[in-house]
Amino acid sequence: MSVPPPDSDRQVWMFTQMLRIRTFEERVKRAFTDHPGVIRGHTHLADGAEGSIVGSLGHFREGDAALSTYRCHGYPLVLGSDPKAMMAEIFGRTGGLCKGLGGSMHLTDVKHGFLGTSGIVGAGIPHAAGAAWAAQIRKKGNVVLSFFGDGASKQGAFHETLNIASLWKLPVVFVMENNGYNAVTTSAQEDANAAAGEPLAVKSKAYAMPGVTVDGNDPLAVYGTVGEAIERARAGRGPTLVESKIYRLSAHGNIIAPPGVPLHYPEHEAVAVFGKREEYAAALRGDPVPRFRGTLVQSGVLTAAKADELAARIANEMQEAVTFALDSPFPKLESALDLDYNYA
Amino acid sequence: MALMPYIAAIDEGIHQEMRRDPNVLYFGQNLATTENHHFLAAYGSDRVRVTPISETAEIGIAVGAAMAGLRPVVELYMAEFMLVAMDQVINEAPRFRYMSGGQVKVPLVLKAGYGFTAGWAGQHTGSLTALFMGVPGLKVVVPSTAADAKGLMATAIRDDNPVVYLHHYMLTLENGEVPDGEHLVPFGRAEIRRAGGDVTIVATGWMVARALSAALQLAKQGISAEVIDPRTVAPLDLETILKSIDKTGRVVLVDQATRHASVSGMIAADIAEHRFNSLKAPIVQVTGADTTIPYSEPLEAYVIPDEARIAAAVRRVLK
Repeated sequence: MSVPPPDSDRQVWMFTQMLRIRTFEERVKRAFTDHPGVIRGHTHLADGAEGSIVGSLGHFREGDAALSTYRCHGYPLVLGSDPKAMMAEIFGRTGGLCKGLGGSMHLTDVKHGFLGTSGIVGAGIPHAAGAAWAAQIRKKGNVVLSFFGDGASKQGAFHETLNIASLWKLPVVFVMENNGYNAVTTSAQEDANAAAGEPLAVKSKAYAMPGVTVDGNDPLAVYGTVGEAIERARAGRGPTLVESKIYRLSAHGNIIAPPGVPLHYPEHEAVAVFGKREEYAAALRGDPVPRFRGTLVQSGVLTAAKADELAARIANEMQEAVTFALDSPFPKLESALDLDYNYA
Repeated sequence: MALMPYIAAIDEGIHQEMRRDPNVLYFGQNLATTENHHFLAAYGSDRVRVTPISETAEIGIAVGAAMAGLRPVVELYMAEFMLVAMDQVINEAPRFRYMSGGQVKVPLVLKAGYGFTAGWAGQHTGSLTALFMGVPGLKVVVPSTAADAKGLMATAIRDDNPVVYLHHYMLTLENGEVPDGEHLVPFGRAEIRRAGGDVTIVATGWMVARALSAALQLAKQGISAEVIDPRTVAPLDLETILKSIDKTGRVVLVDQATRHASVSGMIAADIAEHRFNSLKAPIVQVTGADTTIPYSEPLEAYVIPDEARIAAAVRRVLK
């Protein structure tokens, strides 16, 4: 079973979405310096994962669902969420996607199929399987995409869920974005497969499920690999574990600090903790966004002028999101106790 | 009305809702392992499934299925088994409705037995009710009669929030009259099991029967005790308890849980805050001892509240 490659229009759409994620995340990161104090708590950026996210979501249909971790800004952007509402949520303002109750780690947009995000590593994996059970019962050929990192594959929730999902042939695709680091720990320090030089996709073998490793920096490769897994799931043949190898270009998150200490993004752990400057420089050279731009310009799908025009339009779109969020007032205090989402 | 055991009434409640709503699922360990199991035969394997011993996945799957519009009932057997999956119970299920700004609802029921003080020793006998009571977004129900077992289960399934449904193992075979047909018991409404004017006794689960026995014994000595069963501890019907105290001015709180993890401790705090001036005597709590439940029979009996201790507490507040 193989999936036909995306046509030219679809490829331009994919590049556009990648650039939108990148630009959105740059504006979130910049907010720490442009507008100190506006973003609270902990944010986690998807820069570096754009090709993997867009390639995976390129097959999304009405009725499908996606769930992810707290590193959740990329998916809803691709699925159709309004960046203004997303930025307002991250700023804790009225007009936020989740009314300022969830923030950066819990973006949710049900009407666009983005069902939920857990801030606890691995905890969202069974939620995806549960949503897939609903899809299985409804028999409309829908699938659920479960996005998580390599770190989550050491949680019991991952193993318990892969077992049941395979046993029940649930229509779910497990997309493990392997960025090589679990926060500030390298995979080889915490994963027996990684330490033995094996791809993490081998974990699927324990659960009688196909496991595939793909270059997550190549959106077309991800589109093909995840596409096959989705076809398999839609056909009732059960789940697949896709290991999408990417490199997180920012640090795990902004610094963790008590009130009064200005928040900012530190250098990537490869440099800041392990002193591996060459590893990080190589990751920058492999950055999926300029790489895919180059691919499309070279193949004639996109001209350099058109690409620049897109970038300018997207920069404007994300500037508007920041302006909207900054101009938006804080929610009414009583909304914290609103019975609509808080029974007691 | 039909006379049936508490455990059968719970099944009745689940059947009632599964017949009515095709979105209701029922699954768990060792459940429906043969085709002629009554739930599997009636509703099929789309809706009734046996699971491996994987509490985190079982409850997590219920959370996801609920977010996608279904109404799962998870058969957990023992309340302690939820401890294996506390993240899903406390930090997942009750959080999504709020964190999503009301976009998703998480209607699910976690069905688990508790308080099995019949020689199950230290890890299968706890009364963990208070652990769940204070979790925003979770509802907690503790039926003490067969009728309530059915009606509270049905209400739990229809509720749009996660509900921890705790049935007391010592009541499993207690017979009671159960209404035929559709039966729903509202949350947040206590039941006065016995009316009285001298003292208010509040008890849940198995302790209700012990409180009623104590009340009967006290009545022979001319003491009139009112026994209140909150039936659901989240939401808690504090109003009914306070109204009774307005009448009696004296209160004994009975709870099988260890004292410092008890529902009675929470109720005592509320009473102290709202009725301090009208109490004629200090609030007395009759709770389990702050200890692991021992295996040996007389030792087990020694650490949990009984009729004699409840009656003694009543005499104390009446002094």
